[in-house]
Amino acid sequence: MAGTTLLDIKGVQTYYGNIRALNGVDVTVKQGEIVALIGANGAGKSTLMMTIFGAPRARAGTITFAGTDITQLPTHEIARMRIAQSPEGRRIFPRMTVMENLQMGASLDNLKHYDEDVEKVFTLFPRLKERIAQRGGTLSGGEQQMLSIARALMARPKLLLLDEPSLGLAPLIVKQIFDAIRELNRTQGLTVFLVEQNAFGALKLATRGYVMVNGNVTMSGTGKELLANPEVRAAYLEGGHH
Amino acid sequence: MAVTVSPERDVVATPVQRAIREAFYAGAIALGLFVLFIGLKTGQNISNELVLTTRWGLLATVVIATAVGRFLYVAYGQPFLANQKIADVATGLLPDSVATRFFRLPYFIAAIVIAALLLVLASSLDGLLGPGLAGYARFVRALAIIYALASVLFYFRAFIHAHFSALGVAALALYPIIVVLSLALYGGSMAAGFQGSLKWVDNFGIQILIYVMLAWGLNIVVGLAGLLDLGYVAFYAVGAYAYALLGTQYGLSFWILLPAAGAMAAFWGVLLGFPVLRLRGDYLAIVTLAFGEIIRLVLINWREVTNGSAGISGIPKVTFFGLMTFNVSDPNYIAKVLNIATSSAYYKIFLYYLILGLCLLTAFVTIRLRRMPVGRAWEALREDEIACRSLGINTTTTKLTAFATGAMFGGFAGSFFAARQGFVSPESFIFLESAIILAIVVLGGMGSLVGIAVAAMVMIGGTEVLRELDFLKQVFGPDFTPELYRMLLFGMAMVIVMLWKPRGFVGSREPTAFLKERRAVSSSFTKEGHG
Repeated sequence: MAGTTLLDIKGVQTYYGNIRALNGVDVTVKQGEIVALIGANGAGKSTLMMTIFGAPRARAGTITFAGTDITQLPTHEIARMRIAQSPEGRRIFPRMTVMENLQMGASLDNLKHYDEDVEKVFTLFPRLKERIAQRGGTLSGGEQQMLSIARALMARPKLLLLDEPSLGLAPLIVKQIFDAIRELNRTQGLTVFLVEQNAFGALKLATRGYVMVNGNVTMSGTGKELLANPEVRAAYLEGGHH
Repeated sequence: MAVTVSPERDVVATPVQRAIREAFYAGAIALGLFVLFIGLKTGQNISNELVLTTRWGLLATVVIATAVGRFLYVAYGQPFLANQKIADVATGLLPDSVATRFFRLPYFIAAIVIAALLLVLASSLDGLLGPGLAGYARFVRALAIIYALASVLFYFRAFIHAHFSALGVAALALYPIIVVLSLALYGGSMAAGFQGSLKWVDNFGIQILIYVMLAWGLNIVVGLAGLLDLGYVAFYAVGAYAYALLGTQYGLSFWILLPAAGAMAAFWGVLLGFPVLRLRGDYLAIVTLAFGEIIRLVLINWREVTNGSAGISGIPKVTFFGLMTFNVSDPNYIAKVLNIATSSAYYKIFLYYLILGLCLLTAFVTIRLRRMPVGRAWEALREDEIACRSLGINTTTTKLTAFATGAMFGGFAGSFFAARQGFVSPESFIFLESAIILAIVVLGGMGSLVGIAVAAMVMIGGTEVLRELDFLKQVFGPDFTPELYRMLLFGMAMVIVMLWKPRGFVGSREPTAFLKERRAVSSSFTKEGHG
């Protein structure tokens, strides 16, 4: 299943002003994988996620997607390569209804498969169907997260980026969302790259994982290997089983 | 059963006692506030010395009015409002609403009778009552007519609410006809009808519709795309000068120059758009404000082209699609072609329908665009720019199209304005105009076409009505000019509306995407103070 390299990040350095947030990060995501990036607060996980989308732009290194160098492309052009994102803080459109949010997500696909895809995301997240005419801003946190992922899926992405999908959610909702991601990967072969603080859940879900500390990738391996690794256990897992 | 009365019970004041106390406080506060504002007045005497005049009588009036007002509100107003919320023990029903008690059939009949009686007696009123009392009689007549009309509206409120847009368009389309016919009946001839309609069609109809169109145009930029533009009047000016200059210099027809003016304004919209692409909120507002002023200053100072502050006059009139004209001297003057009496009212009525058509075009385009990708992108841009980009929306072109589309409608309105006035000068395009247009958009509820139209009617129509309130001179003396209080009332109205309806008249946003059914979403969930 794990075949060609879809996303290749090589030696990426990102700065906020003069402060270096990423010190030459190397990450690879292959077709059909779920790759998890774990790390503590401020390790640079979200920065990497945003650097893939060109905001902020990498000052050194290259980001290649499906053989195309996307390092210098404008954000919307990167999105048009069919990379979809459920960004940090979800960033749904609060005054627009659930349907309108989904419609915005489908604009990349020119609404070609709109009806079909709407049914698909409603099967995946039945809760959203009940909230169809409600404004995004009035949904609960978990529903907003579902909407954010559903909106990203409406673009029919080749690669789905998820920034902390479990943030601030009840364990049951987190399980629902992780189940949905696994389901998408299994049935549709969707490639997923997710950033998580919930290391246990993320590594259990992931084919492979990376550990990030202070802007450097310090460890990598399959999800199982990392889960078994004593350093990882000590730093991210002990005392925090979900 | 023993009833124990606690000693505190006696301390609790009745509403009247409380009202007396609060009235005293209110009076004291008013005295403190107004003693310098109203009690004293500075002026100059004949040798330019500062003199202080005291106005204790006026001060006393204001203080007493405040105290009495507070007394009435606390003693009767508050208990009344509280009672409205208490259900009857026997029936379990809430009391009738104030409106149903106010609009009753007997009152309606009485109002009709009074209005009819005073209308019939209209000409002999002066003789019967003397000029002073006759003025009051006319005021009573106006009140009776307004009450009767309001009753009819109230009776059909459900129907009106359900078909508001269609009824509104129909009413606007019939408005000049109704005005001409009713004035013709009143005056006894069609000529009198046409002549009398001038004021109603021009000052009220056309004036309001120009602002409706401008506000709907600005609504695209501010209401939909969420880009706060304080210099919108610049595009209005570009449209007006484009028609004025090209019309007077090259004699081109309005029908060619209307799209040209729109295109030119759209071009300037894009020019403004480029430097402000990265700005949002306050910063964007400042730059657009500056842009509006730059355009106005260029118009004043570029004398060779724009004739400076003196403006451009003799701007050609609009023709009836090239078939007939509205110039009396022309061989194909409309009255000659149609063989009817000469009147300047035809032109005004034609202009009314022209601006109505332009307004409907604006509304149609806005409604259609909202359902198209570009319109949805505008609204998404207002909500979250970063999310937009990560969904593959090119925010640069999205912003530029919003500026260009909004500016284009401003340009259309501008060229219409030039054709209607026959004269343009930089004085018509000051910052206050931008502020008024923006105020209309905000008051109406950003993004809502109906709300904005109602706001324009209230704001612009309201200020025009002030000119008509001659009876106020009988109350406040002959020196009283109600027009001077225009801005004061404008400001007061804005404060009141923003307190009661912080999201504007129509605060709910109509969704554009549906799975199967349309359902309105309550406005109480929307964010306040956007922009």
